[in-house]
Amino acid sequence: MMRERRRTLTVSFDGVEVDAYVGESVLQCARRHQVDIPSLCFLEGLSVYGGCRVCVIEVAEDLRLRPACATTVAADMEVSTDSPRLKAYRKAIVELLFAEGNHVCAVCVSNGNCELQDVAVHVGMDHVRYDQRSPMRAIDASHPKYLFDPNRCILCTRCVRVCDEIEGAHVWDVGSRGQQAVLTTDLNQPWGTSTSCTWCGKCVAVCPTGSLSYQGTAVGEMHHDPKMIVRLAAARRGEWIDPEEYR
Amino acid sequence: MATPIDLHEVAEREREARFRTPWRTKVCNSTACASAGSGAVLGAMRNLVDEEMALDVTVVPTGCMGLCSAGPMVRVLRRGGGEHAYGRVDSEVAVQVLRSHVEHDQPVADHELDDEMPFFARQERIVLANGGIIDPDRIESYVAHGGYSALEKALTTMTPAEVLEQIRLSRIRGRGGAGYPAANKWSLLAAADGDTKYVVANGDEGDPGAYMDRTIMEDDPHRLLEGLSLAAYATGAGHAYIYVRAEYPRAVERLDRAIRVARRNRLLGRRILDTDFDLTIEVRIGAGAFVCGEETALMASIEGRRGTPRLRPPYPTEHGLWGHPTMINNVETLANIPAIVGRGGEWFASIGTPDSTGTKVFALAGDIVNTGLIEVPMGTTLRDIVEEIGGGIAGGRPFKAAQTGGPSGGCIPAEYLDTPVDYDSLRELGSIMGSGGLIVMDDRQRMPDVAKFFMEFSMDESCGKCTPCRAGTVQMHHLLDKITSGTGSYRDVRDLENLCAVVRDTSLCGLGQSAPNPVLSTLHYFKSEYDELIGVDDA
Amino acid sequence: MTASKDPEVARPRIATVWLGGCSGCHMSFLDTDEWLFELAARADIVYSPIADVKAFPDDVDVCLVEGAVANADNLELAHELRAKSKLVVSFGDCAVSGNVTAMRNPLGDPRAILEHVYVEAPDRDGVVPGEAGIVPELLPRVQPLHRVIDVDVFLPGCPPPAERIVAAVEALLAGERPKRSGESIRWG
Repeated sequence: MMRERRRTLTVSFDGVEVDAYVGESVLQCARRHQVDIPSLCFLEGLSVYGGCRVCVIEVAEDLRLRPACATTVAADMEVSTDSPRLKAYRKAIVELLFAEGNHVCAVCVSNGNCELQDVAVHVGMDHVRYDQRSPMRAIDASHPKYLFDPNRCILCTRCVRVCDEIEGAHVWDVGSRGQQAVLTTDLNQPWGTSTSCTWCGKCVAVCPTGSLSYQGTAVGEMHHDPKMIVRLAAARRGEWIDPEEYR
Repeated sequence: MATPIDLHEVAEREREARFRTPWRTKVCNSTACASAGSGAVLGAMRNLVDEEMALDVTVVPTGCMGLCSAGPMVRVLRRGGGEHAYGRVDSEVAVQVLRSHVEHDQPVADHELDDEMPFFARQERIVLANGGIIDPDRIESYVAHGGYSALEKALTTMTPAEVLEQIRLSRIRGRGGAGYPAANKWSLLAAADGDTKYVVANGDEGDPGAYMDRTIMEDDPHRLLEGLSLAAYATGAGHAYIYVRAEYPRAVERLDRAIRVARRNRLLGRRILDTDFDLTIEVRIGAGAFVCGEETALMASIEGRRGTPRLRPPYPTEHGLWGHPTMINNVETLANIPAIVGRGGEWFASIGTPDSTGTKVFALAGDIVNTGLIEVPMGTTLRDIVEEIGGGIAGGRPFKAAQTGGPSGGCIPAEYLDTPVDYDSLRELGSIMGSGGLIVMDDRQRMPDVAKFFMEFSMDESCGKCTPCRAGTVQMHHLLDKITSGTGSYRDVRDLENLCAVVRDTSLCGLGQSAPNPVLSTLHYFKSEYDELIGVDDA
Repeated sequence: MTASKDPEVARPRIATVWLGGCSGCHMSFLDTDEWLFELAARADIVYSPIADVKAFPDDVDVCLVEGAVANADNLELAHELRAKSKLVVSFGDCAVSGNVTAMRNPLGDPRAILEHVYVEAPDRDGVVPGEAGIVPELLPRVQPLHRVIDVDVFLPGCPPPAERIVAAVEALLAGERPKRSGESIRWG
């Protein structure tokens, strides 16, 4: 493995010292050492987006929070991953995500196999304090093979990035702004009419929620496969990695 | 290639032409006065002068004279001295001014403004020095008032490092809001590797009620070009952009024209003023997004991509436009540069306070007698601005609060009226300098309403990239809506406070990080108003 | 669990309530099988859709509430049960989050929905049901229980599995708060 020859330095997670590779992110390092920092938009092999803010961490005495996915390890960095403040903030962020969309787990294709659900369990969300916004968002079922339900979308943009960076098609993008922000295909035309979509399904594979699914999938039947992309992206870089190390 | 402009000759010629006629009238044709009808005033004066050759007067349109609440404004100047200012001039009054004042030397008392009033007398104008004086569309007018002399001085007698040293000595801080020392940014760009470097003027002014940058771009466009040129020279950049929001079509038009004229006169382009310095400047127009005032979102927009911020580091000076080192400065910051280079950094540092040097332009708005654009030394107290320059609260009502910094700022209550207005004092009070919007409120304003107004603004302007800003501002606005409509509870206020902390500490860019400020500052200074609305006693 | 003041009736009083939900949570409650006998030996079920009690009683110790607050009756009962219960448990996803019951919220005004279902649909008789005093008025928006009254314990799940119910009620009977972490709080 190429990795073995990489230069290392020492960082600590919540007081426990571990080896880190020079140039890797705090999140990558934590994952290798089974330190569980929850995250949603990050996916190994895709560019770093830093939008979900679930992976925020504290570094030493610095009051400023940083996203672990976009913070590069430094020698003797003291990372706190689980302070009371971080726990409270992460939970609030996940609650905000649940409040802004229409996340009805009970009738969702991804029920039981959902990264958002997993993160909610991780942060201890047993209810949502905020007002349900209940937006009206139209489902795009025009594609013969796949289905896009924006009600379940958390705007992590994994689909945008995988389509652009790995498949090279750039079918997906984000349109509008703020609470109206929504994923679009081609120039905001129905997905089924897209002339750029290659039907590769990578967007569906990386979706952390039930937003992108196969047509005809019933409740709880949808299993995404982001690790396939992790493997693929690594192979593109000429590396072999153990995708089990990554989410 | 055209020969470069001979600045001294142009200035001389312009000065000679100035009093070809014994009288001159200047008509403020800035956006505020234009919307109050200065076009008609200008037309009426010109018509009369055309019809009656006996009237020996030149009529000149100028940029902003400052006192927008008295617009349209007119100034009458007499050869050999003597200047009168008029306010609320319409075409009838304009004719009266020419007939009475110019023809018979009898000023029109009804509309005359006192030039000694604090609004005019207490200002110190560097950035707005040409406001109400020059014709923005004529480069000669700018040159006659010392324009481009700093650039000529820098290119012919100073090295880039020497220019940068003057900026360092001036200790000028960025006028866009955060107050980062400009010299630090400049040094980073100057030290950055690479043949291609960019400087960018940030004219995406978006705070409600603020129009400092618009006025500079519209009324003194060459000052901005000169400032940008000096910045490019000092840092080794060969290309510059001026990013202007689409809502400022007049600024775009004037800047475009100024760039064309500057090129024709070899003040831009190749071998500027016959030196080795090359620079091109292009105007880029935003698409109506407040967030594009944030550096990384602004760069994305210039590159033609969706205007959303990205993570920093890397900072623009390391990895900017198309991957090249880039420095973004606010329009007002750049408009200060010609004066700093021309008169020296130490002169500039002697104005204002030790940590906030120079002057600051404010857009005075709200429940105040004199609304308009003012420029005062940093450290002027809020009381001086409100009571002296601003003429106090309209209708004699009590002062309640001053809002600075727009949606990223806060409300300052009456007990802090004697606070000097500088970067650090405002920050200590839980507000920020911001770009210079200053909204004065009387006792009728409910502070939770003010917080809701600004939260609605932030909510609408959130780009949607990060969760806390996108979804958090929506929830904060909803809670404020409940509270201000009288259906909120103590729990809503508690949730609001918690959300403020979450959004402030976890948002990706400055828009989200500062969006809670109007709530936090009103909760801090005016908690009792929230308590009243939710039906809790002070006890 | 603190017993009632009267030593004669020291047995904990449990109520279960069915608001706007499918009754699946109560089915899951019944799925606790023989544990129901253990429960009956230790506590009284004083109000429940599976017990024929007309009025919500006073002095309830633990009240499990299934369903979201969808109509005027739900709202009234929610306030009543809160006033008469020591501990209120949001029992299942509808009570916790609105869940399926709240899926009408994005559609807006419930009158338009009723109109669409009962009048515009071809196989209906063209009348919106509305017997005063019998058919309760739909609320403009379906709300999770805690948006309407204070809730002490959240027991998510659609439905909460029987083991989760047993664990929660056992904890409450032992005077403890149920665990609020791990798989016991998973929605869906």
